[in-house]
Amino acid sequence: MIKVRGFKNSAVSEKVPFWLDPKKRAILFQIMTFCMVGLLAYYLTSNTLLNLKKQNIATGFSFLHKESSFEIGESLIPYSAANTYARALLVGALNTIKVAFIGIVITIILGTIIGVARLSTNWIVSKLAAIYIEVMQDLPVLLQLFFWYAIFYETLPPPREAISPTAGLFMSNRGVAFAVPEGHPAHLYMFLAFAAGCGIVYLMRRWARKRQEKTGQIFPVFFVSIGILVGFPLLTWLVFGAPLEMNVPKLGGFNFEGGLTVSPEFIALLLGLVLYTAAFVAEVVRAGIQSVSKGQREAAMAIGLRPAPVLNLVILPQALRVIVPPLTSQMLNLTKNSSLAVAIGYPDFVSVANTTINQTGQSIEGVAIIMAVYLFFSLSTSVFMNRYNKRVALVER
Amino acid sequence: MEQAVQVKELRPPITHIGVIGWVKTNLFNGVFNSILTVATLFFLWKVVPPLLRWAVIDSAWHTTGEACRQAAGACWSVISMNYRFILFGFYPYEQQWRPLLAMLILFGLLFYSRDRSHWKKPLAYAWIIGLFTMGLLMTGGIFGLSSVESTQWGGLPLTLLLAVFGLTAAYPLGVILALGRRSRMPGVKILCILYIELIRGVPLISLLFMSSIIFPLFLPEGVTFNKILRAQAAIILFTAAYIAEVVRGGLQGMARGQYEAAESMGLNYYLTMRLVILPQALKIVIPPTVSILISAFKDTSLVVIIALFDLLKTTQSVLSNPEWMGFSREAYVFIAILYFLGCFSMSNYSRKLEKELSRGD
Amino acid sequence: MNIEKKANEGQMIEFIDVHKWFGEFHVLQGINLSVDKQERIVICGPSGSGKSTLIRCINRLEEHQRGRIVVDGIELTNNIKNIEKIRAEVGMVFQHFNLFPHLTIVQNLSLGPIWVRKVPKKEAEETAMYYLDKVHIAEQARKYPGQLSGGQQQRVAIARSLCMNPKVMLFDEPTSALDPEMIKEVLDVMIELAREGMTMIVVTHEMGFARSVAHRVLFMDFGKIVEGNRPEEFFKNPQHERTRLFLSQILH
Repeated sequence: MIKVRGFKNSAVSEKVPFWLDPKKRAILFQIMTFCMVGLLAYYLTSNTLLNLKKQNIATGFSFLHKESSFEIGESLIPYSAANTYARALLVGALNTIKVAFIGIVITIILGTIIGVARLSTNWIVSKLAAIYIEVMQDLPVLLQLFFWYAIFYETLPPPREAISPTAGLFMSNRGVAFAVPEGHPAHLYMFLAFAAGCGIVYLMRRWARKRQEKTGQIFPVFFVSIGILVGFPLLTWLVFGAPLEMNVPKLGGFNFEGGLTVSPEFIALLLGLVLYTAAFVAEVVRAGIQSVSKGQREAAMAIGLRPAPVLNLVILPQALRVIVPPLTSQMLNLTKNSSLAVAIGYPDFVSVANTTINQTGQSIEGVAIIMAVYLFFSLSTSVFMNRYNKRVALVER
Repeated sequence: MEQAVQVKELRPPITHIGVIGWVKTNLFNGVFNSILTVATLFFLWKVVPPLLRWAVIDSAWHTTGEACRQAAGACWSVISMNYRFILFGFYPYEQQWRPLLAMLILFGLLFYSRDRSHWKKPLAYAWIIGLFTMGLLMTGGIFGLSSVESTQWGGLPLTLLLAVFGLTAAYPLGVILALGRRSRMPGVKILCILYIELIRGVPLISLLFMSSIIFPLFLPEGVTFNKILRAQAAIILFTAAYIAEVVRGGLQGMARGQYEAAESMGLNYYLTMRLVILPQALKIVIPPTVSILISAFKDTSLVVIIALFDLLKTTQSVLSNPEWMGFSREAYVFIAILYFLGCFSMSNYSRKLEKELSRGD
Repeated sequence: MNIEKKANEGQMIEFIDVHKWFGEFHVLQGINLSVDKQERIVICGPSGSGKSTLIRCINRLEEHQRGRIVVDGIELTNNIKNIEKIRAEVGMVFQHFNLFPHLTIVQNLSLGPIWVRKVPKKEAEETAMYYLDKVHIAEQARKYPGQLSGGQQQRVAIARSLCMNPKVMLFDEPTSALDPEMIKEVLDVMIELAREGMTMIVVTHEMGFARSVAHRVLFMDFGKIVEGNRPEEFFKNPQHERTRLFLSQILH
């Protein structure tokens, strides 16, 4: 057997100086980077501690247990100035969730409608949608918020002369008051009927699918589901004698009493966020639908599928894969933009945190809390997004 | 076998071409579309004439606030009587030709840069000189120009400054972050990922708060940071993270073959990036970069919250004047038009650029 | 070919003085064509001649503006019911396969039978496996289109159309998007199909296929059928200058 003397031996016998060895250089570079960052951090921290001491500002999070001594304009849970800062922040967070949740739902619906309209074969509708998308995207969201807030303040009349487009709806510069159904035992049963309807619809869909697999017959699941979800509560309502009493807002003193009132701040924030974000969602939806190649639709039609199954079985599954990731990032943008509420006085999380910072002077802890909360939302959304993408990824070689 | 009869020159059926054909296919094809067309036209007929009446016919163009309140329509006087303040903020009245000139230089440079055939070294120098000149014009203090403190800068020049300078400074930082994120050195990679994810996860407002309230704490006593500089720093740090993600996309999109070819030529990391990878990657991501510029332009409006006198805040100051109170609609519509013109021209340009780039010239 | 012709019962497909315009562009200029049951026709011609448009009119992927088209006795009009009936009888294979990427191969094939012919799932899948076997690709049944090569995808596309039990198969340049080494496997499947007596209209440049399988070869140019003949006659004695020119360009 011939022993081959070769490269292996020669590489070992040469000693490479550490500043030319790429691996060691990498380690050196990282050590230097860390040192620089560390030094910078040390410098900044020591300055900060010194300055805080000079200005007599406390550190730490103990302020959270102190009394807040400020009121909050609107709140989902009971709150007063005697509560702690922690509770105040909770109120702010709930307000943010409230506007974000409602905003997201409306934005998705509106954005989808506009996106589909943009693709319509009707020239007027498609052009109007295009104009909306272009204009709304090109105006700063803060400007839009101020605009809607100003409309409320300057254009709408005081409650005495409130505009009432229909009975039970009053628009004034103190907000929008509308009638709500008066509490009635029927409501509980209607809700139960609806829940039961949901259960039945779920079971029915499973049954219909099994039936189709077995016999091939197609059951009109969609229409029957709608019938059940609407019909059950409706029937319950009728059974209870069709109670129609409404809690109508009535002018009492300076403002409306009764019914449900929504503040101008909330409506302005909601309007501004929804109209702005819907333009971006419309583009996402449009791009998603257009991403499905024309040939897919043609192949589905060539087999003889009708328009509804073509949409449900072929187009939508492919379009949704393209739509969902940027859609969630738009939803996240809406949530982040809701922080602008501080500019128009809606008590969202940033607003409350800002007041807290102003009162306690503990800006570092305050800003850190704000960032932590939003980071939590962003990162958890990222995680879900990654999982979703992995699950629906088209399998390729 | 062939056609025995010559086919006469036939015209397509009249309902398919010309004006009638267009109307039929685009407005009235099918029952649903026809109803939609009629409904939309009705809606427009109800909304547009009253709007025009308010905006143009009944409006007051150049009067005092009192006279404006008498007018039934829009009060455009709130703009025409106050435009100097809205556009230039607290900048000294007689010296306002300087920010005006600076803006004209900026617009000139932008306009000239639109044509890609102009993108050569001289243009880069022109930009550097141009930006420097703009800074000089604004600050003054030499060449016989009176000195104007940056605390007096405001209005449109401030908005443009924050956006343009923000993007210019954020760009190299973003590229470095993107390279760092793709680095094989775990230490560097982690630092970059932390930075990018942290900044992208929080709203800009929190960074602006941080910069205006917390940055002063970072500095030793006596050293102050100009308020504009603090806001500018926040905008730069914010934009850099988004640029980093966009550039990372471009780097990922580059074929491995490019890296390998450069490596086999013996180029080191720095040269590979500078000569081979970055020129291509950055070119691919120009359209999303322009869209970041558009966002930066819109986001400058947020400085109103930390009381910097950009275009939005100067407008609001005018509105808080008792004489002009209550005309927010008109004032906001005016600056909406300004923002729209800016953003629209940029997004139009980006679309045009995307078309050009995908055609491969 | 006669110009004035009544729709004949024995014909599979009938084009009677069919015209189509794209805006002002006259893409089909008076097409008269009649295809018998079990007849196999190859249509060739330069790009832009209207050959794809012609076959796409058969299953209403394109609408004609003048003249009449009759498929298996059913006239093609704006009547949706007729269109759907015709589409169930006519299978189409596209140049770019157009398989549904989010469904497995078996799901691609059983989609039509389940949702159009309302066949139970088990039966649909059995039919699918039968045709997959026929095109020699049964082992890929559970895979996704993205995992197959071009030739394999096109064979699956052919099987997908066959699952609907069509009376006519239309092929729109089925091998134009394939790498050379995969063209043969697709053509072999088409030849087997021909041997079983399927009525076929094929738009293609594969003249070898035309020679071995077609009953008639038609040459189209500028929206007209210039000439058509049995393959031997067509290739040996083209009657028109344009036909001669075209043949000289593709048979080199």
